[in-house]
Amino acid sequence: MAIKKFAVAAYDDEEVLFPAVKKVRNSGYKIHDIYTPFAVHGLDEAMGLKGTDLHIAGFIYGLCGTSTAVGFISWIFTSDWPIIYGGKPHFALPAWIPITFELTVLFAAVGMTMTFCYLNQIMPGVKKHVFHKRQSDDLFVMAIELNDHTSEHDVLAYLKATGAKEVKIEVAEAGWWYGRWDKKEAYELQAAK
Amino acid sequence: MHIKYESFVREPLVDGDKDYHQVSEDIVRPIEGKPGRMWYVGFFFSVILLCYGIFSVSWAVYWGLGTWGVNKTIGWGWDITNFVWWIGIGHAGTLISAILLLFRQGWRTGVNRAAEAMTIFAVMCAGQFPIWHMGRVWDGFWVLPLPNTRGTLWPNFDSPLLWDVFAISTYFTVSLLFWYSGLLPDFALIRDRANTKLRKMLYGLASFGWTGTAKSWQRMEALALVLAGLSTPLVLSVHTIVSFDFATSVIPGWHTTIFPPYFVAGAVFSGFAMVNTLLVITRRILHLEDYITIGHLEAMNKVIVLTGSIVGVAYLTELFIAWYSQSWGEMAAFQWRIMGPYWWSYWAMMTCNVVSPQLFWVKKLRRNVPFTFVMSIVVNIGMWFERFVIIVTSTYRDWIPGIWAYYSTTLTEVGFYLGTFGLFFTCYFLFAKYFPVIAIAEIKFVLKTSGENYKRDMQRIDAQSEEEFIHVVDSHHDDSHELAPAHH
Repeated sequence: MAIKKFAVAAYDDEEVLFPAVKKVRNSGYKIHDIYTPFAVHGLDEAMGLKGTDLHIAGFIYGLCGTSTAVGFISWIFTSDWPIIYGGKPHFALPAWIPITFELTVLFAAVGMTMTFCYLNQIMPGVKKHVFHKRQSDDLFVMAIELNDHTSEHDVLAYLKATGAKEVKIEVAEAGWWYGRWDKKEAYELQAAK
Repeated sequence: MHIKYESFVREPLVDGDKDYHQVSEDIVRPIEGKPGRMWYVGFFFSVILLCYGIFSVSWAVYWGLGTWGVNKTIGWGWDITNFVWWIGIGHAGTLISAILLLFRQGWRTGVNRAAEAMTIFAVMCAGQFPIWHMGRVWDGFWVLPLPNTRGTLWPNFDSPLLWDVFAISTYFTVSLLFWYSGLLPDFALIRDRANTKLRKMLYGLASFGWTGTAKSWQRMEALALVLAGLSTPLVLSVHTIVSFDFATSVIPGWHTTIFPPYFVAGAVFSGFAMVNTLLVITRRILHLEDYITIGHLEAMNKVIVLTGSIVGVAYLTELFIAWYSQSWGEMAAFQWRIMGPYWWSYWAMMTCNVVSPQLFWVKKLRRNVPFTFVMSIVVNIGMWFERFVIIVTSTYRDWIPGIWAYYSTTLTEVGFYLGTFGLFFTCYFLFAKYFPVIAIAEIKFVLKTSGENYKRDMQRIDAQSEEEFIHVVDSHHDDSHELAPAHH
């Protein structure tokens, strides 16, 4: 748990957001994250984020599925309990293609989705701070992490100048925690006072 | 340079004057409001059907499969017919969400959520039939690759029936993951705008704590693309493997290499018909005509006429090969299909699947909503008869004339079939009430290229000369100094 202070700027148009991201980065402020209601192409590059290697993980999971299927079936049919079915040889590789394919897909899909959840730190019961109620609706919300030396007034004025529709200072938990979404957290109640 | 621009000649995917907020409003409104009277009536009838189905299945389990019409000659009757029928219907969702994603078909965004839900529910219904057809269902775990206590006996991995177990369970799992991962951002939207505690808590749980950070969207896109790439061969493999149940046997009428592509085309055909059946009703009841437009229905009708024609060619090829093979078994099987005691099922199939979809060559009919609705049901009646024809009319006259038989269904079998309708529609009604029926985040993604109000502006751009257009784009680029979405 790390409760920090953020400057929050909400933009209502992607075309305003992009130059704003560039300006904010150039001016040396640290972008904590940008929350968007849908996938905005190119935003990751604009923020200087690296690409994701999730698909490589998927490939590796797929290989695990392939080798599990081939290894398991060939062990059963050639060594553990060999039976002749329909005149096929014990090592009947062509007949195993369907199951091998299915397990490849199954392992890749399940493994990738679980990795996806792990990397994004999402799970039923996980709670994260929502900086703006409309960040999943129609606003593109940028959160900037502040330290003791940043002037709140300056940063808000700067964000306003980049075209933000709304700006505010918010105290928030930076990470994730377990909690119920209908309950307010202690730091939120504190900040409300 | 990739330009986010689409010609105005292309029909808009979203009608009316919409902005991002309006999209959220339109699609979330039915979830936040009270359902209408139609919803209660439909849901009530679905639950009644489901209960009747549970009763029929319990009856069959208690008394045994003798309560069904199947006999020693015709071992597969309505049960496997219904299994193949439902699993075929379950093909449209993944086709729309995966194959059309890879083909970059923008219109899929309006219909993919409902179609994927339909897929999941249809596969659930399909799975019931092989399970209860086992008879001694408490031994059902024998299909799992578990070393059992009755000796080190394993299932037969060389058998298409076991391939089916793997194919269908994989298909169900992957479809569910694909569908649910896409739902996370939409659940987060409902959670963030929720004004009751209960809704906030439940959608908070369901959204997994999604907040829509830039990095998570990047991963989401990677996940969707790879899952689409995996699902595309998967969806083709499932009905291929179902067709292997028949094609790898040595029964005339089943033993044909044409089965895999023919089954897949038939599956897409019936699946799109079912999507049309559901969407025509859904768009009307939930007032989503702006999102599921006539253009969407027309696109699906085009797929129906294409796959219907493929199926027609397959039927004729079967007949030709039966004659060309000069195998008396094959020839007799097809002669009896057309003119034997089950002639009516063959001709019902031919009329519904081959003749009637040809009407969709007429553009007016493709864009006619009531006609689309009627046709979607006709197609699924035809596809049910296709499976009935393949299963029953290939087995009723066996190799030994002494055991030739006739099969008629029983009330218990019909009840089971109706029960799966109950299961399907119970799930669909709950989905339509509690889930966003349209992928909200994906609609917002295409809104500025394909929304009607945004496209009006395109007409002006389209009229510009090439040089003018490039100039506008360039000067804009200088302003932003960055990859704006307009250029990316």
